[in-house]
Amino acid sequence: MLWQQLANGIAIGSVYALISLGLTMVYGILRILHVAHAGIYALGAYVGLFSFKLVGNFWISLMVGMAGAAIAGYLVERFLYTPLLHLPRIAPLIVSIGLFTALEEAFRIVAGPHTLTYNARIGLGDLSIGSFRLTETQILILFITIIILIFLWAFLTKTRTGLAMRACAQDPETTSSFGVNVSAIIAINFIIGSAMAGAAGVLIGVYDNQVWPTMGSIPAYKALAIVVLGGLGNIPGTVLASIVVGLAETFFIGVLAIPFPRDAVAFVAMILVLMFKPYGLLGKA
Amino acid sequence: MISGYLITILITILIYAMLAHSLNLITGHAGQISLGHAAFFGIGAYSSAMLYTEAGFPFWISVPLAAVVAGIIGALLGIPCLRVRDDFLAITTMGINFVVEAIFLYIPFFGGAMGIGGINLPKWFGRDMTKPEYFFIILITFGLLLLVDRQLGRSWIGLAWASIREDEQAAGAMGVDVVRFKVLAFILGSAIAGLAGGFYAHFLTFIMPQNFGFGQSIVILCMVVFGGIGTRWGPIIGAVILGILPEISRPIMEYRILIYGVLLLAMMRFQPGGLLGAESILSRTFRR
Repeated sequence: MLWQQLANGIAIGSVYALISLGLTMVYGILRILHVAHAGIYALGAYVGLFSFKLVGNFWISLMVGMAGAAIAGYLVERFLYTPLLHLPRIAPLIVSIGLFTALEEAFRIVAGPHTLTYNARIGLGDLSIGSFRLTETQILILFITIIILIFLWAFLTKTRTGLAMRACAQDPETTSSFGVNVSAIIAINFIIGSAMAGAAGVLIGVYDNQVWPTMGSIPAYKALAIVVLGGLGNIPGTVLASIVVGLAETFFIGVLAIPFPRDAVAFVAMILVLMFKPYGLLGKA
Repeated sequence: MISGYLITILITILIYAMLAHSLNLITGHAGQISLGHAAFFGIGAYSSAMLYTEAGFPFWISVPLAAVVAGIIGALLGIPCLRVRDDFLAITTMGINFVVEAIFLYIPFFGGAMGIGGINLPKWFGRDMTKPEYFFIILITFGLLLLVDRQLGRSWIGLAWASIREDEQAAGAMGVDVVRFKVLAFILGSAIAGLAGGFYAHFLTFIMPQNFGFGQSIVILCMVVFGGIGTRWGPIIGAVILGILPEISRPIMEYRILIYGVLLLAMMRFQPGGLLGAESILSRTFRR
């Protein structure tokens, strides 16, 4: 029972990590609270679902979903955020909220208000040892998250572009003076973050077997809480916070059966942590 | 005689104008982004409703008390909140909104998902107040608040807020007690939101937790920003325009939220100061 809940919590936590990482990367480099990130996540799920209906292969639909999300993320960065960077930070925040609202409505109008099913199988089957059981989609989620995290880590620490990206997060002006094309780095940053959100959208679509227009509403705000919990802009902190929130939700609601809304757990955790560590779990002043 | 439909919309817009104005005190004047203003609106509405239905206080006492309760809770939550940096504050206030809504929804004392009913329009001269009369009561209250606010803006407090908004560190170096003035803005803004909540509860006669969710906070913030953050009349004009918009766009029901989102996006993208902001087309045209 305990191990089962642990596995469920980690599976949910790893999807949270995929959504939140993009958000924290965007914040780290542009200092924008990118609420519309969850719109990109839902877009990834829709694009993935439609391509799955066309070709019927999960892996291709995952790739197409990630690509669709990446393109959308790039467009948002180029045409909405970059022109607003010199303004007070409330301006991009409101743009982001407006965009998110518009995206949700666009999904409803284009794909219909109903919940669509995303019934993808890769033929792996469930894994059970005694009473402990990992479903196929949980294995898939864990596997894909681990692969993406390894890629991200390798990219950020082993490549020159990754190094430039970390430098930009510290100080864009100084980085630019060293001959780094900051604008290109920002674009790459958005593309990677959005592709991860797209992957999360596809995975959640398959995990819950549903895709619906407002599927981004709760992740939009929960991911912000997770990002703050981990220390805004801090990548390892975000992964840690995602797992903590995934586990806390599963344990408080599933094991202790406390009648508390599941989606408020992240916020309670965030407020409690901020009282003692005002910069989040792994954040620095 | 004004129709019931019209007066309902007028009162709703007036309450939104009051909310937008109160958020402008926190976000516009003192420069602290709050994404959870509906929480204080809800605290006011629930306090007023509980005082009226459970404790039996009349409207004339329950609504001012609601403002006091919201102000006190605003202070209690504001002090730890304002310790954190700007973006943390935005998300923390958002979290407060989710938690307050969850408390209303999950604690049976507050009526749970069923909400609280049986809150009536106030009585005067031995009879129930009519809706147009109620409208004027709110209008007069709001007018008085605006007068007080104008005096406040011209005083030392207004200057202190402006200095914090422009540059917090410089303000601190000049001897402005930054935390104290931020908390003061938070208390005043929360209290006015609570007052609006009291009026709202007695007008709707029935309140539910969902009326005070995070979406509501965003609506209020959008009104402030749309009209022109930090300007005196901008938030009120924003409330009027964004309040009327859903009503006049009824024929295109299907697309109205889409239009709302796109309008907000386009406004910020091309007129980031809002309608009445210093750099907007409107204020540039009328200045000369």
